[in-house]
Amino acid sequence: MSAHTLSRRTFLKASALTGGGLVLGFHWLSAPAPAGTPPVSLNAFLTVASDGTVTILSPNPEIGQNVKTSMPMIVAEELDVDWKDVVVEQAGLDTKSYRRQIAGGSQSIRLNWKVLRTAGATARRMLLEAAAARLDVPVTALATHAGMISHNASGRTVSYGGVAEGAAKLSVPADVPLKNPSQFTIIGTSRRNVDARKIVTGQPLFGIDVDREGMLIAMITHAPGFGMRLKSMDDTVARAMPAVVDIFTIDAAVPDRRWSDVNAFTEKVVVVGTSTWEVLRAKQALVLEWESDGSPESTEAHESDLTNLLEGAHARTGRRDGDPDAAFAKADQVIERTYSSPFWAHNTLEPMNFFAHVQGDRAELLGPVQTPEALRQSVASACNLAEENISVGLTRMGGGFGRRLYGNFGVEAAVISQRMQAPVKLLYTREDDMTQGTYRPTYKVRYRAGLDAEGNLVVFSVRGAGANESPVFANRFPAGSVENYLAELAASDSDITTGAFRAPRSNFIAGAEQSFLDEVAHAAGKDPIDFRLELFDRAITNPVGEDNDYDPARYAGVLRLVREKSGWDTDKPGIYRGVSAYYCHNSYVAQVMELVMEPSGPKIRKVWCAIDCGIVINPDAARNQVEGGIIDGLGHAMYCGLTFADGKPEQNNFHTYRMIRINEAPQEVETFFVDNGVDPTGLGEPSLPPVAAALSNAYFDATGVRLDTQPFIRSIEQVKAPQG
Amino acid sequence: MALFDLIVNGTTHQVDVQPGTPLLWVLRDNLKLWGTKYGCGIAQCGACTVMLGDNAVRSCSYPVAGVGTQPITTIEGLSPDGSHPLQEAWLEHDVPQCGYCQAGQIMNAAALLKAKPQPTDEDIDRGMQGNLCRCGTYLRIRAAIKTAATSMG
Repeated sequence: MSAHTLSRRTFLKASALTGGGLVLGFHWLSAPAPAGTPPVSLNAFLTVASDGTVTILSPNPEIGQNVKTSMPMIVAEELDVDWKDVVVEQAGLDTKSYRRQIAGGSQSIRLNWKVLRTAGATARRMLLEAAAARLDVPVTALATHAGMISHNASGRTVSYGGVAEGAAKLSVPADVPLKNPSQFTIIGTSRRNVDARKIVTGQPLFGIDVDREGMLIAMITHAPGFGMRLKSMDDTVARAMPAVVDIFTIDAAVPDRRWSDVNAFTEKVVVVGTSTWEVLRAKQALVLEWESDGSPESTEAHESDLTNLLEGAHARTGRRDGDPDAAFAKADQVIERTYSSPFWAHNTLEPMNFFAHVQGDRAELLGPVQTPEALRQSVASACNLAEENISVGLTRMGGGFGRRLYGNFGVEAAVISQRMQAPVKLLYTREDDMTQGTYRPTYKVRYRAGLDAEGNLVVFSVRGAGANESPVFANRFPAGSVENYLAELAASDSDITTGAFRAPRSNFIAGAEQSFLDEVAHAAGKDPIDFRLELFDRAITNPVGEDNDYDPARYAGVLRLVREKSGWDTDKPGIYRGVSAYYCHNSYVAQVMELVMEPSGPKIRKVWCAIDCGIVINPDAARNQVEGGIIDGLGHAMYCGLTFADGKPEQNNFHTYRMIRINEAPQEVETFFVDNGVDPTGLGEPSLPPVAAALSNAYFDATGVRLDTQPFIRSIEQVKAPQG
Repeated sequence: MALFDLIVNGTTHQVDVQPGTPLLWVLRDNLKLWGTKYGCGIAQCGACTVMLGDNAVRSCSYPVAGVGTQPITTIEGLSPDGSHPLQEAWLEHDVPQCGYCQAGQIMNAAALLKAKPQPTDEDIDRGMQGNLCRCGTYLRIRAAIKTAATSMG
């Protein structure tokens, strides 16, 4: 074939440079290997080549949150190298060298901030010590800059590459001091996504692009509804189709289950073959009969279950301050509203897939998973293999959003490969992906607030229910700012499997809470920002209770910042505005949205976003995350929802499951980071939760209608219809 | 099975596949051109967008038998060295998050600029509606298309 074809053998190169076991890295089209002696490993995070090229291994899974750029930036900062001399590689699973190799909870930077800085600083110190020995001067007489070590007194210099070999022989120093943040030259500057050029030229970075000599393609079919099982299978036609190698059923249950083992359909029909399209056709040609356990769930049943939980007596008390009942009885005005949201599918644009090659007692796994360590444990359990005989390599991921925390597809790939004793790439179709569960739960929450005659909030209660989990965080705002407070939690048992979805629970409760506070502010006759600031003042000066898991001063800080930047206090005729603020993943976000009303509906002009997430590693990439979170949150609040009938999802692809598109995105998003020098906190998730309320509050400003039921588009179209 | 001569990125390739095979899987499985992505299989997400002549098509739903002699351009062949103004603009605006949809976005934008060399915001919104970005990089996609249009002048 032509030169356009990439050699399969160049797809992956194994490198054992880091001493922590096999490290899988993507090498092709990256910088050519430096000539001469092989690069020297100074610790698990970096190697230095004789030409000065520094290779930094990025330990955590990359799902689009850009840690593959920002984590190495932190190492490079303390190492004191020129970013243009840095080559970044994705590390595979290596629990001896790295900790918590998970993409989740917006924790990669938070938990590794010190670790990454120490890795860079320690390596720099070792290079300095080697240079000191070489030049026969004390370490204190040396300075570093951009990968060079200089002895100012004599004017002599040596490069990192020149002393790396000597440095590697030194013992690892302890307690190496870290830079003062005011000395940062890489952290806090915008650096392009290290994979950007490969992405825009179509290089094979993703799990779906994995290709190996002799690799088979596998596809699965699961039951069409939750609580259903295979009754019979006729694969006569499918089996006779070209390129089909085998058809069988598997049970990919994990005996030693852990939290990440969510899989509604461990029993699957598998078609294995040599061509994706032929395997897909064979899958479609299977004649399958399914049977139900007799209690299929429906959206109507889910809604009545949650309503019953809100009205029943079985909610668990999460927090009670003061005497809420008495305070409601005495209140001058009581406001109440119920909010709800359907199930959401994660819908990563790259569908679930994984490569596995099980040979005898060994297994190699490679693909997109947010929890490689948990996957290794699950594969060991499901395939009866020893963990130390399983390697897990990480590809770039076409989105995560929480779905790839649950690696059932990786387990399935391993089970299929074990049966075939061949390299196998498992690929879900979009329909498989959207209908297999692990959804964001459906939620319903009821808020009540009581005001005194002066419009002061004297009592507040929240009762929240959801499928398999309650969305309520009992100790979040406005807890701590109101004398009488009650938070209650309830959950229904559902066959529909559920899991974490970008900003779990917050992705619903923030919109409900902030929409309700807007309504209460209006009832109190107060500006919505002033109203919140009064509550934060109370939480600062005289907090109620001791378990308030937010800092009211930082919370108020982002509100004041967004008020100033958005020109909140200036009237803008013909423009409708809403404000919202939320705290999650240790970060504070406040947003103001402006919209105009067009005949087609609300058109979002601009979102201002103030965020306090501590030190920002890579500002432009951070803004990208904030913009994406806002658009993700808007899209889900406006359009998304999965409904059920007879246990079956009623949407299975993007023609029926509506996702936000470019014409529905805001015209502009402007982001402001609070510059406070605090260690970094979460960034990938916090911009998403509040935006649903920024939208609903702006929509109320325009129409007087409160949007309380997601997806909002249904209510908006109902409001529009009578006018039209 | 049937033989097809396909002109892909300026080179003729002969493939032996079922006539109904979508172009997407011929590009990926047979020609090992991995840049064109599978997202939905029903022409709803645009991840599989390639150019057939000057037009954007969803290769997941375009049977190989329908291609004929029309030249196919994939993301790998948009420019010889990754320097097409759209690719440069995508880098300048650091558009990608996960990156999965971006090849399809760029190929769709390339066809848009062929039809409308200086698109307005409305042209971009209309022309790019068929391409989902799950990460929500739409603002940067708009900006990058404008930058590319300016530089192609």
